[in-house]
Amino acid sequence: MLNNFVMPDLYPAAPEIFLLVMSFLVLFVDLVFGATHRWMAAMLTAVSLLGAAAITLVTSDPQPVLTFSGMFIDDMLADFLKLMTYLAVLMMLVYSRQYLADRGLDKGEFYLLVIYATMGMMIMISAASFLTMYLGLELMSLSLYGLVAINRDSVRGTEAAMKYFVLGALASGLLLYGMSMVYGATGSLELGGIAQALYHAQAEKTVLVFGLVFIVAGIAFKLGLVPFHMWIPDVYHGAPTAVTMFIGSAPKLAAFAMALRLLVYGLLGLATDWQKMLLVMAVLSIALGNLAAIAQSNIKRMLAYSAISHMGYMVLGLMSGMVAGKIDPFTATNAYSSALYYTVAYVLMSLGAFGTVLLLSRAGYEAENLEDFKGLNKRSPWFAAMMLIMMFSMAGIPFFIGFFAKFAVLLAAIKAGYVTVAVIAVMFSLIGAFYYLRVVKLMYFDAPVDSAPITAGLDMRVLLSLNGIAVAGLGLFPNEVMMLCTTALLRSV
Amino acid sequence: MNQQLLSLAIWLPILGAVPVFWAGSDRRDLVRWLALAVAVAGFLVTIPLYTGFDPKLAGMQFVEQAPWIPRFNVQYFLGVDGISMPFILLNAFITLMVVLAGWEVIEEKQAQYMGAFLVMSGLMNGIFSALDGVLFYVFFEASLIPMYIIIGVWGGPNRVYAAIKFFLYTLLGSLLMLVALLWLFLESRGSFNILDWHQLQIGMKPQILIFIAFLVSFAVKVPMWPVHTWLPDAHVEAPTGGSVVLAAIALKLGAYGFVRFSLPIVPDAAHYMANFMITLSLIAVVYIGFVALVQTDMKKLIAYSSISHMGFVTLGFFIFNQLGIEGALVQMISHGFISGAMFLCVGVMYDRVHSRQIADYGGVVHTMPKFAALFVFFAMANSGLPATSGFVGEFMVILGAIKANFWLGFLAATTLILGAAYTLWMIKRVVYGPVGNHHVAEMQDISGREFLFLGLLALCVLAMGLYPFPFTEVMHASVDNLLKHVAVSKL
Repeated sequence: MLNNFVMPDLYPAAPEIFLLVMSFLVLFVDLVFGATHRWMAAMLTAVSLLGAAAITLVTSDPQPVLTFSGMFIDDMLADFLKLMTYLAVLMMLVYSRQYLADRGLDKGEFYLLVIYATMGMMIMISAASFLTMYLGLELMSLSLYGLVAINRDSVRGTEAAMKYFVLGALASGLLLYGMSMVYGATGSLELGGIAQALYHAQAEKTVLVFGLVFIVAGIAFKLGLVPFHMWIPDVYHGAPTAVTMFIGSAPKLAAFAMALRLLVYGLLGLATDWQKMLLVMAVLSIALGNLAAIAQSNIKRMLAYSAISHMGYMVLGLMSGMVAGKIDPFTATNAYSSALYYTVAYVLMSLGAFGTVLLLSRAGYEAENLEDFKGLNKRSPWFAAMMLIMMFSMAGIPFFIGFFAKFAVLLAAIKAGYVTVAVIAVMFSLIGAFYYLRVVKLMYFDAPVDSAPITAGLDMRVLLSLNGIAVAGLGLFPNEVMMLCTTALLRSV
Repeated sequence: MNQQLLSLAIWLPILGAVPVFWAGSDRRDLVRWLALAVAVAGFLVTIPLYTGFDPKLAGMQFVEQAPWIPRFNVQYFLGVDGISMPFILLNAFITLMVVLAGWEVIEEKQAQYMGAFLVMSGLMNGIFSALDGVLFYVFFEASLIPMYIIIGVWGGPNRVYAAIKFFLYTLLGSLLMLVALLWLFLESRGSFNILDWHQLQIGMKPQILIFIAFLVSFAVKVPMWPVHTWLPDAHVEAPTGGSVVLAAIALKLGAYGFVRFSLPIVPDAAHYMANFMITLSLIAVVYIGFVALVQTDMKKLIAYSSISHMGFVTLGFFIFNQLGIEGALVQMISHGFISGAMFLCVGVMYDRVHSRQIADYGGVVHTMPKFAALFVFFAMANSGLPATSGFVGEFMVILGAIKANFWLGFLAATTLILGAAYTLWMIKRVVYGPVGNHHVAEMQDISGREFLFLGLLALCVLAMGLYPFPFTEVMHASVDNLLKHVAVSKL
């Protein structure tokens, strides 16, 4: 038997392998030095991510490479998304350093789980078959469940983790069930093989569409689209803010990759079907996310509902690849790149917004109510301005990156003929503007309730400033990132 | 140098705001002088726009064109014609007045106050000079941010409500405009160039939809009846400077949008909807004129008077003749001076008595004779007295309206009576009569600084009233071109 075994080409998976090795090192270092030198695990995690980034850059190949018998793919899209993931995770680590230390959460487990979650995302991003996709998804999700409950004494955290786990397990089940249907109909687990089978119309359509429904439900759960959004507010609210920031940033990139790989690279033949499903969920997400966010008094819950609506806008771009039942490569690339750009922009804004929440938190005090933002302009005009940038950017007001993200997505939707949907989407973003404006109102128009000085360290101050400048600067010069997104998509399968 | 004048007019105030913010509110003298220096410089760089302008050319001048977002063929495309150029000068001038007016009275966070106005000024210059749809939209919407902050931070007791109402109302309109812009981009096969759109053939049904999308956006901004209700709130609650900028410049953005977008891009829909637009305008002129009559708050009264005067502007646009459009443009500039001055006058009194109610005044002329003279002069101009700028625009529009239809002109002309009624009645109650109460008795006459900005504005109003030729001269060719364009069907 062993004679038939051919060693797969490990080169394209070098970043994942490197990170896996480093995770053992982190585990070891934590075991030896964890009690005395806690910073070492954090440092090593950051170094691992930087190393993975370097390897990703070095091994980057303009041509897509398949390995592990066609189950793993390394293309420009994967490289781009992985680099963004490292960036998001690194930023999260810097933002949350103080927060975790103040609460005694900066244990080795935390960093280990972060590394494994990151690895899970990387595998999702590079998945070229149902099997690898599922593996990556579970690796990410299980690590995230653990992270949500990392604060063992927090009842809310444990409850959130439980909810997340139960609903997440259900979603995984749905996804697996759908995958098995599609496998049954097409006889292939590889996305390429499925696409081929669909192209030659060899498969039974009823079974396929049946399976598709479950797959779309699984994707929608990960993206947090209505009606599969129930976990988002509770998890965002219950998890420690550092973990909320983590869940609210990098996994969105992985979920985007999952949606794109499964639906576009695998199931493009069923685009007419999934387009309708995504359309309904996108509009519902935009509507419900924006409406429900108004009623929140907790900023983490508010940002959770805002995340739901943002993913709705993103999906609006994702489903606009097909015009009048036909897929034209140029239009399709435009649409997918608008969705990718939206995701990248959203991750940047989300990191900044949660970064400000972390900035205002300090030992023994969680600044998670909207009231805590009152009078921030008096306490620190600079950071109030940074949060103002994040809020207006999320509301889609120029000159910030959020506007151009909405711009690209709306353009794609109108091009696909969804003018009415675009009008509905902008009307709900008008409603959405209200709660972002309210945060600005609290910061600028109201007197401070909490007058404690802001005690954040220099690393956080610098990073938050850079984040704000990036959101504004990439709004003034949006072309480069847009082009990167398009190039990444063009150079993928 | 001549090539970058417009960029300079936009970015100089915005970048100049950075050191003002940086100086911080504790160093008040530094902040004020810095802001003044930036405002003066900002005004100086706009002067060559007038002196170097060739009034014989109908096309765009001082053009700057560079790729901005090649991914979507969005360009950094600036240029002015005779229609937009005067507004850039007006804007820079009014910003100067606002900085002077906020010199002493703004005690809280003065750096942010001055900085916000400078940013606002740059953004509005951008709106008037953008010739790319996305660039226009970006400036148009970004200008909401500083105004939101200005109303909300330095405004009156009900400022939060007013600020949010202002923001959401305006955003409502601009979002629909965004959809229209994107549609035009796809229809023109990938161009955001406004001048290209002027040549685009569009069917009647999409024309009407686009017209409506633009209408919602610009009507809110003008504001036209019945979407005007944010304006009295915003004006009453805003600090003096905010009211001045709103009335003098921000309202003109909507009207400018009509001549830059609605009329030339969808002329057939504009003709089709003309009667509707004229009706709305006349309602604004007559009905809002009556509403102004019964106001007890001076700022509210001037706000309603602004709506009524802007009704004249939209009326002038939609009667489609040279007199009407030129008159409307003159009216816009003149209203910029007069309404700005009126709000500054109210601000001067408010700083002393801290009330805007007409009933709290009376006999101001006894304690502030110099101020009273200027205030009465501006009031006369507001009611359209000949030899002031208020008369020129209104007269031209009325003549144009009579050309189109006698009864139109007749109804429009009632503004001369109504305007005089509400303005002069207010003057009678505030300025004349016996001294109303001890607050009025203790009022100090205006300082040299206050005299400076009111006097400068009075000079402008008078000059424009006596000799409007320099203003109409630059517009002539461009308006002519616009009319030719509007007359050609694009179906």
